[in-house]
Amino acid sequence: MTPELALISALNGISYGLLLFMLASGLTLIFSMMGVLNFAHASFYMLGAYFGYQISKWIGFWPGLVLAPLATGLLGALVERFGLRRVHKWGNVPELLFTFGLSFIIVELVQVIWGRPPVPNELPPELQGHLFTIYTTTFPISRGFIMVAALLMMLALWIVLTRTRIGLVIQAALTHPDQVEALGHNVRKVFMLVFGGGCALAGLAGVIGGVVFVTEPSMAAVAGAIIFVVIVVGGMGSLAGAFVASLLIGVIQTFGLALDYSIAGILQDVGFKVSPDTFGYAVWKLTIAQVAPVLPFLLLVLILIVRPRGLMGTREG
Amino acid sequence: MLRLSMKVAALACASLISSGLAVAQTKTVKIAFIDPQSGLMAPVGSNILHSYQLVADIANREGWAKGVKFEVVPFDNKLSPQESLNALKAAIDQDIRYIVQGNGSSVAFALSDGVSKYTERNPGKEVLFLNYAAVDPDLTNSKCSFWHFRFDANSDMKMEALTSYMADQKEIKKVYLINQDYAFGHQVRRAAREYLARKRPDVQIVGDEVHPLAKITDFSQYVAKIKAAGSDTVITGNWGSDLALLIKAAKDAGLTANFYTYYAATTGVATAMGASGLDRVRFVGYWNVNNDKVGSLGEKILVEFKSKYKDDWYTMATYTVIRTLAEAFNKTKSTEPVKVAFAMEGMKFQNVNGEVEMRNTDHQLQQVLHIASWQKVDGKKVRFDSENTGLGWRTERVLDSFVAAQPTSCNMQRPSRPD
Repeated sequence: MTPELALISALNGISYGLLLFMLASGLTLIFSMMGVLNFAHASFYMLGAYFGYQISKWIGFWPGLVLAPLATGLLGALVERFGLRRVHKWGNVPELLFTFGLSFIIVELVQVIWGRPPVPNELPPELQGHLFTIYTTTFPISRGFIMVAALLMMLALWIVLTRTRIGLVIQAALTHPDQVEALGHNVRKVFMLVFGGGCALAGLAGVIGGVVFVTEPSMAAVAGAIIFVVIVVGGMGSLAGAFVASLLIGVIQTFGLALDYSIAGILQDVGFKVSPDTFGYAVWKLTIAQVAPVLPFLLLVLILIVRPRGLMGTREG
Repeated sequence: MLRLSMKVAALACASLISSGLAVAQTKTVKIAFIDPQSGLMAPVGSNILHSYQLVADIANREGWAKGVKFEVVPFDNKLSPQESLNALKAAIDQDIRYIVQGNGSSVAFALSDGVSKYTERNPGKEVLFLNYAAVDPDLTNSKCSFWHFRFDANSDMKMEALTSYMADQKEIKKVYLINQDYAFGHQVRRAAREYLARKRPDVQIVGDEVHPLAKITDFSQYVAKIKAAGSDTVITGNWGSDLALLIKAAKDAGLTANFYTYYAATTGVATAMGASGLDRVRFVGYWNVNNDKVGSLGEKILVEFKSKYKDDWYTMATYTVIRTLAEAFNKTKSTEPVKVAFAMEGMKFQNVNGEVEMRNTDHQLQQVLHIASWQKVDGKKVRFDSENTGLGWRTERVLDSFVAAQPTSCNMQRPSRPD
């Protein structure tokens, strides 16, 4: 691997990983707080992308970057207040099923409003062009923007959770909701705030992901699968774990794509004869690059077997 | 009793009138369009659906087939072979006897198989599959069927034409292959290796990549590999979003290799490459609007399409398909699929791109192939732009159909010829 390819792969992997973290942070926050595995989380990511597209059509991308996550968050808060809160008393499984159903409803709604094909969601002129050049490869501004936005979001999240009053209440409610309530805090309102806030973070990721990549109805399904890998690998409910897992998965996927080694190739290098007639040749000749899209899911399965609480999770199972 | 007999009389009257009308009335032949209208490939699907609708309108307006009107009925198959079989069943339930499909050879294999099986089990209710763009060679070779006709050149024919052109491009030294991981993508890889080895043995293949079909939204890592391999040329059979996003990522990373493609003239690609693709992107296909026949039939259809749908008409095969059907209807004075199929075998006619022939042995249309490059509109060689970019395709070479013609291994089982 040339240094150019390695550097570019690292940058691509990190920017992708940071986008994943923006998505997964809201999900893991909601899970650690409310014990709800929000199946509709990626749908809020998609909603963010579509809201961002619509608002940027009306008044521009930059207002959309602020307004679309707010709208997504508001919608999330409403879902919590009038949906989840009622289902909550029936336990975790009905909650899970509720969000599962919700995800399908959102996808259908999006298709009714914006249609099934991708929408022409264009980068604003400020984000087009190149940021810098590594050897001969140019690095687009849009990718740098993903990184900056994710890091700023992480900083803001850290300040809110550790340096503000509401953040302290949230942290306390994480482990001891009854005592926090006894102290006179409105824990239900905090729940609504966290759910809405988590959805807003997904919405922010959506605005950015939608404009840099493609805004279309299947983006929720694609993102949904991968963020569950992130929070399971990172450890359910661990924000730091989600961060590490996001970067890990981002880097694994991009570097995986860059590696053209196969078992057949390695066996041949050490002197074995491997030909199309060899038993199981279809498997041996697969290169890492070809299986790269599946690597995160392989990691998910391995983590569940070896370390069920995830890299940084605190509870078992 | 009186009321009953009045009813009977009224019924008799009505049936008399309707049967009397049927003689004078035109018949409507429905064509099921089974292609993606959702997901990443939806823009391609909806462009081609509009193309069929416009050509059907023109055919009806100009009366191509005597006493027959065409109607195109869309079915969304989500690019899935399984969904396509459901769509086929739904179409058959609506008494539709003609199926068109083109996006994805994986889908075409399923449909060809489904159509053949249904037709063999339901004599008298035959269905024809008119494949306008699924180009896996096997469809007219080992898997050929009497009920399947292909109106696009297959992928081996296109590679034959492309490599004949590439043989003269001395600057090509290192070639990178990137293709979609399914039937068609693998055919492109194989043909590119075989034909380049034959025509340009000095060319080195520095990479041979496959990626999932219609799933990738970020190609930057693939582009980084193409760059790292030091390639000066990329050959790809990618289409739809898989080509548009690949070229977009190439532009973002400043990749300067030349692209030899099958489908750069399709929806989304022109916008994605813009000026960055100037003189570097080429495609091989059965037609290019900017050819030496100024004011041709193809230009007229393109202009009408643009004013009606604000989009480009590039799937010329939509014309070929409906024209062929109309000719066959006129020849047999029937719209019965069995008779029409026999009439289409060996049929020759003047198409938008010149004379074409539906080869008898394997139902593979023989036609000229064009190679074009991406250039600025100059009013002479490039008169029409693509997707309002101010850039368009300049015809570099037109290859006669015999250049790209391939032998076939098709051993077709034919039904008995109806009278």
